[in-house]
Amino acid sequence: MNTVFDQALWAVGRGSGVVAMVLLTLSVLLGIGARSGRPVVGIPRFAVTLVHRNVSLFSLIFVVVHVVSLLFDPFAQLRLVDFFVPFLGAFKPFWLGLGTIAFDLLVVVTVTGLLRNRIGPRVFKAVHWLVYAMWPVSLVHAMGNGTNGLQPWFLVIAMLCLAAVGGALAWRLHENFVEYRNVRSQENP
Amino acid sequence: MRMHIDWTRCDGRGLCIELLPELLTRDDWGYPVGRGGSEIAIPQNLESAAHDARALCPTQALSLHG
Ligand code: SF4
Repeated sequence: MNTVFDQALWAVGRGSGVVAMVLLTLSVLLGIGARSGRPVVGIPRFAVTLVHRNVSLFSLIFVVVHVVSLLFDPFAQLRLVDFFVPFLGAFKPFWLGLGTIAFDLLVVVTVTGLLRNRIGPRVFKAVHWLVYAMWPVSLVHAMGNGTNGLQPWFLVIAMLCLAAVGGALAWRLHENFVEYRNVRSQENP
Repeated sequence: MRMHIDWTRCDGRGLCIELLPELLTRDDWGYPVGRGGSEIAIPQNLESAAHDARALCPTQALSLHG
């Protein structure tokens, strides 16, 4: 076996996983921003939606690089079935299984997101809510499965992501989240 | 081309107003209104912006016809 090649695969597999985590976090933040119906950091509303979509697609690309590179990696011992069926893995099956679940959810959310205008807002929205399960599962997968998962630099990134999403979620649940909430609720209590 | 706003679907998120500022304004509750109410005539130079607005509306409240 070519060890340099193996090491490169391993590095790509890990690196793309970390990048995917950061991009997914950014995507969640932009998604919450888009849902608020407000401009976000000066970006107009329609552009927030577009940036959210593009960042989401980029994160899916990094996730695909992540899983495909580990498919060929001799340590991870990933098989094709592990992409879709959780908890069958050879190496750390539980943590890998969480990654599988997150991957499946991400695929479903992305496909329904791209088909939003075909399937209608109701189905789109119901499926899109799965992100609130997908994101934490993927974070836990990164910490439990990752070789660097519990190293300080990684934990700092993970905690920053957690704080950012936690903050956005708190805002999401706040009663002034939606623009015009005040005037609207005065008229229709 | 004409655009119809279905106010029963619209959630007043304002995307269409940003894309068609020449034609739409926001009412006091944040919902879009055209000069003629919910039926808006789209001049040729704004047709592509109208298509964008229809595609990006989160609630599919906009329809184009004619
Ligand atoms: S984009 Fe759609 S939901 Fe938003 S204000 Fe326009 S019609 Fe209403």
